[in-house]
Amino acid sequence: MEKLSGAEMIVRALQDEGVEYLFGYPGGAVLHIYDAIFQQDKVHHILVRHEQAATHAADGYARATGKPGVVLVTSGPGATNAVTGIATAYMDSIPMVVISGQVRSDWIGDDAFQETDMVGISRPIVKHSFMVRDQSEIPEMMRKAFHIATTGRPGPVLIDIPKDKTAPNVKVPYEYPKKVKMRSYTPVTRGHAGQIRKAVEELLKARRPVIYAGGGVISGEASDLLTTLARKLGYPVTNTLMGLGCYPATDKQFVGMLGMHGTYEANMVMHNSDLILAVGARFDDRATNDTSKYCPGATIVHIDVDPATISKNVRADVPIVGPVQQVLEDMITMLDEHGGQPDQKALARWWEEINGWREVHGLRYEVNKDGPMKPQQVVQALYKATKGDAYVTSDVGQHQMFAAQYYHFDKPRRWINSGGLGTMGFGLPAAMGVQLAFPDAMVACVTGEGSIQMNIQELSTCLQYNLPVKIVNINNQALGMVRQWQDMQYGGRHSHSYMDSLPDFVRLAESYGHVGIRVDHIEDLDAAMEKAFSLKDRLVFLDVYVDPSEHVYPMHIADGAMRDMWLSKTERT
Amino acid sequence: MRRIISILMENEPGALSRVIGLFSQRGYNIETLTVAPTEDQTLSRLTLTTIGDDRTIERITKHLNKLIEVVKLVDLTEGAHIERELMLIKVKATGAQRAEVKRSVDIFRGQIVDVTSTVYTVQLAGASDKLDAFIGAIGETQVLEVVRSGVSGIARGEKVLSI
Ligand SMILES: Cc1cc2nc3c(=O)[nH]c(=O)nc-3n(C[C@H](O)[C@H](O)[C@H](O)COP(=O)(O)OP(=O)(O)OC[C@H]3O[C@@H](n4cnc5c(N)ncnc54)[C@H](O)[C@@H]3O)c2cc1C
Ligand SMILES: Cc1ncc(C[n+]2csc(CCOP(=O)(O)OP(=O)(O)O)c2C)c(N)n1
Ligand SMILES: [Mg+2]
Repeated sequence: MEKLSGAEMIVRALQDEGVEYLFGYPGGAVLHIYDAIFQQDKVHHILVRHEQAATHAADGYARATGKPGVVLVTSGPGATNAVTGIATAYMDSIPMVVISGQVRSDWIGDDAFQETDMVGISRPIVKHSFMVRDQSEIPEMMRKAFHIATTGRPGPVLIDIPKDKTAPNVKVPYEYPKKVKMRSYTPVTRGHAGQIRKAVEELLKARRPVIYAGGGVISGEASDLLTTLARKLGYPVTNTLMGLGCYPATDKQFVGMLGMHGTYEANMVMHNSDLILAVGARFDDRATNDTSKYCPGATIVHIDVDPATISKNVRADVPIVGPVQQVLEDMITMLDEHGGQPDQKALARWWEEINGWREVHGLRYEVNKDGPMKPQQVVQALYKATKGDAYVTSDVGQHQMFAAQYYHFDKPRRWINSGGLGTMGFGLPAAMGVQLAFPDAMVACVTGEGSIQMNIQELSTCLQYNLPVKIVNINNQALGMVRQWQDMQYGGRHSHSYMDSLPDFVRLAESYGHVGIRVDHIEDLDAAMEKAFSLKDRLVFLDVYVDPSEHVYPMHIADGAMRDMWLSKTERT
Repeated sequence: MRRIISILMENEPGALSRVIGLFSQRGYNIETLTVAPTEDQTLSRLTLTTIGDDRTIERITKHLNKLIEVVKLVDLTEGAHIERELMLIKVKATGAQRAEVKRSVDIFRGQIVDVTSTVYTVQLAGASDKLDAFIGAIGETQVLEVVRSGVSGIARGEKVLSI
């Protein structure tokens, strides 16, 4: 059998896993691994400018492709810099494998130079972690790490590897295991047929049904099945922020995103429903409002691969633990076999009611002819310029919500944002990962002047690897989302939510070797967008100045029910 | 309600910290905890007692089951079970006290395992409330030191927790 050093085994295992890109940053503890990377050309290493960006880039790659993102960082500060990105992936159930260097094993515990207990620090934010104790464990550990990260409810897995376990002079036999067997890890692969049958009966009995679909449909590659089921039944569909794109947004059965900044109609449909089919969604507090007032008349069918999610926040009447794909497939088959039809009269009445809610136009905003541009207009212009066919990453804040509301995603894996952790600084590095995965695709990063500055250094990485991302900086000269809360809950006292001393983003982009365009007037917006996307091989930074006082609506009224919303600064339900 | 959760897990470094981390991270409390390898050296048996309503216990067991190293677990309090805790206790034993302590030890079916002219060291096994009762009977002012093992438990009858 071939003999390899620990460092070579790590790199070979990545090859054997079919890893195309490794996002990382070197340092003492991983230099043996970097040397092994240098001596091959199958795994392409992308040198970021900050380890946080490595994790977000790997994450963006994973979200866009469905394949795990892979990260390599050194011990100590390299590893701790990766923490935010690992937590971001964890909260959104994104498959990721992070390899962190560690000090020599005989120095562990001695407060050695650049020693941190990374297994300990990361424990609450990983699906699992390993510490290499002997070189010979590496092939199996790597296989297990990828297996755990990508199966069941996906998530990040960490491998911490002391420097001496990568030493070039210690070679041990290498064979990459084809399969893993773990008696203690067996994710559910089939939903219970009896439960699925019960769900079908509930579905057919319903008179005011709604399908509430989330990120699990995307990670479970079940968008087509969901669409088939929804069309068969003719029921309205709403998506969580994480689920956007799992059902075509331009379809007539789609009622928009639900939740804190969901559409009026989606939240009204939820509140007034008598049956909720929750598919790969986890009843997050941003999606439910006060759970004690949650959808009082609804029977809840909940499909999730993670049993711990079921009945966690909201009690499920028909729990189904299983992968969405298989469960939906069986559900459709059983529905066909059953032969029953939903009550068409009731359904027609339900749609009539829904269309009435739609007429309220929850997604609306006022434009002053001579006033500043509105952030919503910027997203609409982006949608127009890209014909709705771009990959859109985003940061966190008002711009994120406007992107979610006004860019209508018809396909899964197109909308890439940090929902669970809400990490500012996610957008640009995530866009790098997406652009690497799809070099010819249009990739836009919708961001704010606050968020973009959290990982602005990645403009340099984009130049190095020629990543023509289009950055749409919705510049409201404020930490807008914070400011909105201060307007609504703190008497308009804008404590530290104002962005003073903004850089000249155009010159900043130019100094990084990119194109910068500033837009101040709505008349120039479409042309600027067109220009940006016509520069196919250049990164373009669009710095668009918008109205700083704009708020995101609808917005749930805190501690209320799903139907309790502000619709504008002055109107509420 | 008090529950005894018994866990079979991989006997690997780091596994225990994940179990304990889960409790602190999610705000559940651990009353007692014991852990040791089983007859199969690759497995550890961990027994913990916690207090919570049905909903909390359901969450705890679901989250424990998600830990990769946890192979199997059971809430022993859901069925008939045997519960034991071991206590080593040093009590003052001088003058008339000596005979009094000895009598209590006999009543509770404990053993005096070490003796000096002023102190008895007593070993006592049983359910936790029996150990509490013994301390009560002796009187806290007489107690010099208490060491309790935490609860171990096993199901009654033919039910076993094994792989
Ligand atoms: C500023 C801000 C505002 C926000 N406002 C909103 C809002 O208005 N509305 C909103 O919805 N969210 C909002 N969010 C996001 C929110 O915090 C949550 O991230 C989001 O609601 C969770 O989406 P989800 O329920 O689809 O779950 P995800 O986090 O996407 O989780 C997926 C679920 O599916 C399961 N799953 C995964 N794979 C499978 C599979 N193969 N089979 C079966 N199940 C699977 C997982 O176990 C998990 O339970 C906001 C976030 C921010 C930062
Ligand atoms: C790393 C991080 N720090 C703080 C926050 C809290 N936060 C949420 S939105 C927001 C403001 C974002 O400002 P900007 O990027 O300009 O977006 P805007 O809301 O103005 O569109 C802040 C500070 C966060 N989500 N992430
Ligand atoms: Mg801003």
